[in-house]
Amino acid sequence: MPKDNSIQSVLIIGSGPIIIGQACEFDYSGTQAARSLREEGIKVYLINSNPATIMTDPMMADKVYLLPLTVESIEEILEENQIDAVLPTMGGQTALNLAKEAEDLGIWEKYGVKLIGVDIKAIDKAEDREKFRQWMIGLGVPVATAKTANSFLEGKEFAQEIGFPLVIRPSFTLGGTGGGFVHDKSELDEALNRGLQASPIHEVLVEKAVLGWKEFELELLRDAADNVCIICTVENFDPMGVHTGDSITVAPAMTLSDTGMQLMRNTAIRMMRDLGNFAGGCNVQFAMSPDTEEIIAIEINPRVSRSSALASKATGYPIAKIAAKLAIGYTLDELENQITKTTSAYFEPALDYVIVKIPRWNFDKFKGANDTLGLQMKSVGEVMAIGRSFTEAVQKACQSLENNAVGLGYYGKSLMHADELLEYIKTPKWDRIFRIKDALMAGISVSTISKATNGIDRWFIHEILKICTLEKEIARYDLDTLPLELLREAKVNGFSDEQISRITEHGNEEDVYNKRKAAGITRVYKMVDTCSAEFEAKTPYFYSTFEEGNYNESKLSDKKKIIVLGSGPNRIGQGIEFDYCCVHGLLAIKEAGYEAIMVNCNPETVSTDFDVADKLYFEPVYWEHLWEIIEHEKPEGVIVQLGGQTALKLAEKLHEKGIKIIGTSYDSMDIAEDRGRFSDMLKELDIPYPDYGTAYDVDEAITVANKVGYPVLVRPSYVLGGQRMRIVINDDEVEKAVVSLLKHIPGNKILIDHFLDRCQEAEIDGIFDGEDFHVMGVMEHIEPAGIHSGDSNAVLPAFNLTPLVVQTMEEYAEKIARKLNIKGLINIQFAIKGGKVYVIEANPRASRTTPFIAKAYQIPYLNIATKVMMGVNKLKDFTFEKKLNGYAIKEPVFSFNKFPGVNKELGPEMKSTGEAIRFVKDLRDPYFRQLYKDRSMYLSK
Amino acid sequence: MPDQSTPSVPAVLVLADGTVAHGRSFGAIGTTTGEICFNTGMTGYQEVFTDPSYFGQILIMNSAHIGNYGVKDGDVESDSVKISGLIGRNLEETYSRKLAKGSLHEYLKANNVVSIEGVDTRALVAEVRTKGAMNCIISSETTDVELLKKKLAGVPNMDGLELASKVSTKESYELGDVNADIRIAVMDYGVKRNILNCMVERGAFVKVFPAKTPLEEVKQFEPHGYFISNGPGDPAPMDYAVTTLKQILKEEKPVFGICLGHQLLALANDIPTFKMHHGHRGLNHPVKNLVSGRSEITTQNHGFGVDPEAVRKADHIEITHVNLNDQSIEGIRVKGKPAFSVQYHPEATPGPHDSRYLFDDFIAMIRAQKN
Repeated sequence: MPKDNSIQSVLIIGSGPIIIGQACEFDYSGTQAARSLREEGIKVYLINSNPATIMTDPMMADKVYLLPLTVESIEEILEENQIDAVLPTMGGQTALNLAKEAEDLGIWEKYGVKLIGVDIKAIDKAEDREKFRQWMIGLGVPVATAKTANSFLEGKEFAQEIGFPLVIRPSFTLGGTGGGFVHDKSELDEALNRGLQASPIHEVLVEKAVLGWKEFELELLRDAADNVCIICTVENFDPMGVHTGDSITVAPAMTLSDTGMQLMRNTAIRMMRDLGNFAGGCNVQFAMSPDTEEIIAIEINPRVSRSSALASKATGYPIAKIAAKLAIGYTLDELENQITKTTSAYFEPALDYVIVKIPRWNFDKFKGANDTLGLQMKSVGEVMAIGRSFTEAVQKACQSLENNAVGLGYYGKSLMHADELLEYIKTPKWDRIFRIKDALMAGISVSTISKATNGIDRWFIHEILKICTLEKEIARYDLDTLPLELLREAKVNGFSDEQISRITEHGNEEDVYNKRKAAGITRVYKMVDTCSAEFEAKTPYFYSTFEEGNYNESKLSDKKKIIVLGSGPNRIGQGIEFDYCCVHGLLAIKEAGYEAIMVNCNPETVSTDFDVADKLYFEPVYWEHLWEIIEHEKPEGVIVQLGGQTALKLAEKLHEKGIKIIGTSYDSMDIAEDRGRFSDMLKELDIPYPDYGTAYDVDEAITVANKVGYPVLVRPSYVLGGQRMRIVINDDEVEKAVVSLLKHIPGNKILIDHFLDRCQEAEIDGIFDGEDFHVMGVMEHIEPAGIHSGDSNAVLPAFNLTPLVVQTMEEYAEKIARKLNIKGLINIQFAIKGGKVYVIEANPRASRTTPFIAKAYQIPYLNIATKVMMGVNKLKDFTFEKKLNGYAIKEPVFSFNKFPGVNKELGPEMKSTGEAIRFVKDLRDPYFRQLYKDRSMYLSK
Repeated sequence: MPDQSTPSVPAVLVLADGTVAHGRSFGAIGTTTGEICFNTGMTGYQEVFTDPSYFGQILIMNSAHIGNYGVKDGDVESDSVKISGLIGRNLEETYSRKLAKGSLHEYLKANNVVSIEGVDTRALVAEVRTKGAMNCIISSETTDVELLKKKLAGVPNMDGLELASKVSTKESYELGDVNADIRIAVMDYGVKRNILNCMVERGAFVKVFPAKTPLEEVKQFEPHGYFISNGPGDPAPMDYAVTTLKQILKEEKPVFGICLGHQLLALANDIPTFKMHHGHRGLNHPVKNLVSGRSEITTQNHGFGVDPEAVRKADHIEITHVNLNDQSIEGIRVKGKPAFSVQYHPEATPGPHDSRYLFDDFIAMIRAQKN
């Protein structure tokens, strides 16, 4: 069936600010959908309130609306434009719910807009737990025994009937919010109350818990002719009981027989076909009994999802892109495989590698949060790693996490005793897989661990045991005596050079590297091609591995190359904004005639889409991996300014190795990062800064605090998002803060700044090209100092600062940029007190606010900055016309509802997960006035 | 899950084009030869290994891990392992499946299948993809490559090789309810067990005949329909089967052919077959049903194909199914006769069940003619 030509214009609904359970994977899908539709000559309109997204970039759609995701905004857009259809399946549950609300109000009908990619009646059936259950029973698909309760009393009654353990699942919530396990009677009351309150319709499902069953997910595509194919089957490492977003997941399924696979496949297809009449993507989850291999259906999501983003990256198959084409009428058999370009899009990808996804949590940001994993998703990001075996992939994933892991295992840390470990792994927590490895090292058997973890499949544990066996073998040698065959085996199984040096307690990363290189043990690159090499593919999407024969598939072009380093897993303080920056960096590099090479390990990103860069290495942003890519590709240089602190951290090593850093030099970056050097520079420039000092212990800290004067800000050096930053007012508090700090980050240098109480905060983002300085924007925070800039409402341009203050800020910014010899981007934070401007810090890189400013002023700042960094353009080559009528406000968005019991007060440590943009015409705007009135509400001391 | 830490024995693989790969032995210790081919399926290795169509072939499993869930009594397509050897990246000795009976390693050992693991299967697949099917040798007895090359030179080419009669049943046997209202005669050239199940499940009484059974003998069973089975090797030298099939077609009874059976139906209608460059083997091949317009994901395992030019020219043959990747002929129907065939495997063990409707069609065709 060809394209439906009655559709000439489509509105895509985005997913809004990043919150836990709904992150930048929807920027990835929305972006793919927009590009896919425009390829077909369709006019694309886009609504999303999140300014840090690529999808809301002017280049992605014909018209972008940075508006709150409300029915009112939708009407405003439909009022202004002739729109034929709306595609609500790309923006997560937020977009689906909004589409449904508009449907209920008759808005689509009123404006003659067709809903595509979804059957609106299906939303209820998939989202409402009870309707889903009834539907499954009618369809003859097994489900767990359950009953829907609308009151506390009903809930208690049903619980008694069904028996423990139970699951409480609130209806219509995102990412499992408010849900939980009830192991026995004592936990029931609280869980029921929480669940009922979390549900917007005061309804929960009381369900028998199938703890210990295996969990699988299938990603499906279906077209208008009812052709269906399975793009990916994902197996959860963690058995039932942990939200899939918080589970370590593996693709393809590792322990699934064909009988089991086809049972799930048939059931999923039956469910999807019965769900209603729609063409697009769909995700179905199953639980399987390890004893009988019977299955039950857990849920179905008739839209693209976090899992489909992962499946796209895992297989190379662009699910959202194809789903968008199916929504406008194409059938699968008429579309081509985007990767091979010669075969059909209607097929089921075959993988000859293993992918492992590990979520990234930020419990350190939420003091008092319950860190036990369960039905409610708590992670803020994820990493994916690709290897030619599970062992290799899982160790690469650990290296990607950026939590100091050098592979699977703790090194140099004190280990728990065997019995402690066995007790510890009974509860799913973020570090369980590391503890399982420790338990195996301590000699606990595979079966015992499988039992203790309530059913992690023994196959996985056995693979981890392989790592342990190798590790024990390696530990018998030092680096000089380590047999090459063993070294090879270690590399094949994903051990990093650093890990090997720690195990042998000999030499360092570089020594291991030199030894293996001399022996010809070197990385080769293999392609992600959707078809297990059956067909020749042209898509430059690679991962590294070690192979007998060193057969390398990543062929070098003769073009000049530039590598862009990504920012790794999303976390609080470093998120989607850097993906935005990387995408623009890549495009600018391409425009300048270079080959753009991307390195990143975050599957939720647009920058790792298969056709954004000229070449993609889906690899950990970790020195060893980066270095071998550089050795292979021999780039002109590496850009570290666009990937947040993660990329910046690698600048020192690059500098040591003599690799050119495109843009600002390593030394300048070091000055900005090193508090001492930076303050000396400010002093020299005659720029005021808050008095400060450094300390390594409590006594020193108290002395410094008294010297600089209370209140003081206590923090470790080199931090992200104000991690572990505290404002304290007396000696006792200093002591407490320092003790806690040193406990978590032993040996760290502690910075103590005088805190400018009740001052005003503001920041500048700018570009310097060696000659000229351009102020991208001056933002003033609505909240007074003391709240992390990421958690503040920032107004662009400044609304309450005198022209003299703004001028002084701009002057200081330029002085600093000039002195640091910035080439590219810089962000400077200011405090203003009594009319005096102080500089608090400078970041020689893209900041959280760069995309916000680019959106608010409609200037392609990242493109310009990248070209300046590369030296292909000067600022004077560009004209800057700031198109902003009134003010733009960047408002932080929090995910506190995922952590009941956590103190919501804000302070110097960043806690928000996302942001939205809001435009106001003037300061009389009621929204602004309310914000201004509430500005001190959540301030901690 | 037993942990057998067998000390690793080196093994070597040599391809006819001179490619050499070193790895570790798996399964039986020894030396084996055959035609190298690859299968991209990610599940169902035991069903694949016991599929008689793989007779004489050494199989690369592209999937990164093979053996993870062990082996199970019921998951077989015949009574023994039919592949001549196995090549894998990670062949697993330890497994995890409560319903399984043992490990793949022990299973291959018991079936005397020599295998090699730890080699770059992806590089080997690329080699086969570009250079085409060729013979190869695996040995865990010697690593003397020159000696192995000499031995390999003496292995016959699959092109022109008749293998079906070697895997066919020696004695005829029956399956299903003897009182069933329809009877199907199966010409066995290496039939997969689940093909028989698919017919029995649909209420047929099935009798399986050795490959070279004369039609007169088959007719004594008074079949309502004939099934022409899948099997290994080149269909071109199978004159005996083509002759029988021509006679069967004259009976005007429903005829259904799968894979080799599809190629035989073509040959019986004077359409030639050919040896493909490297064949189709996997669980993900897209096929479009030109009659219904619907598409299906299919299981495939064939190294020979039906000549597309000749089919298109033949007035008496209708193309019912095509492969969406390379437009190859996946299904035909003889005009004016109740005879049809598909190149792929609708019984699909392993693989998707999208095409099981073909058995329904066959049974319906028989019933329609009978009534």
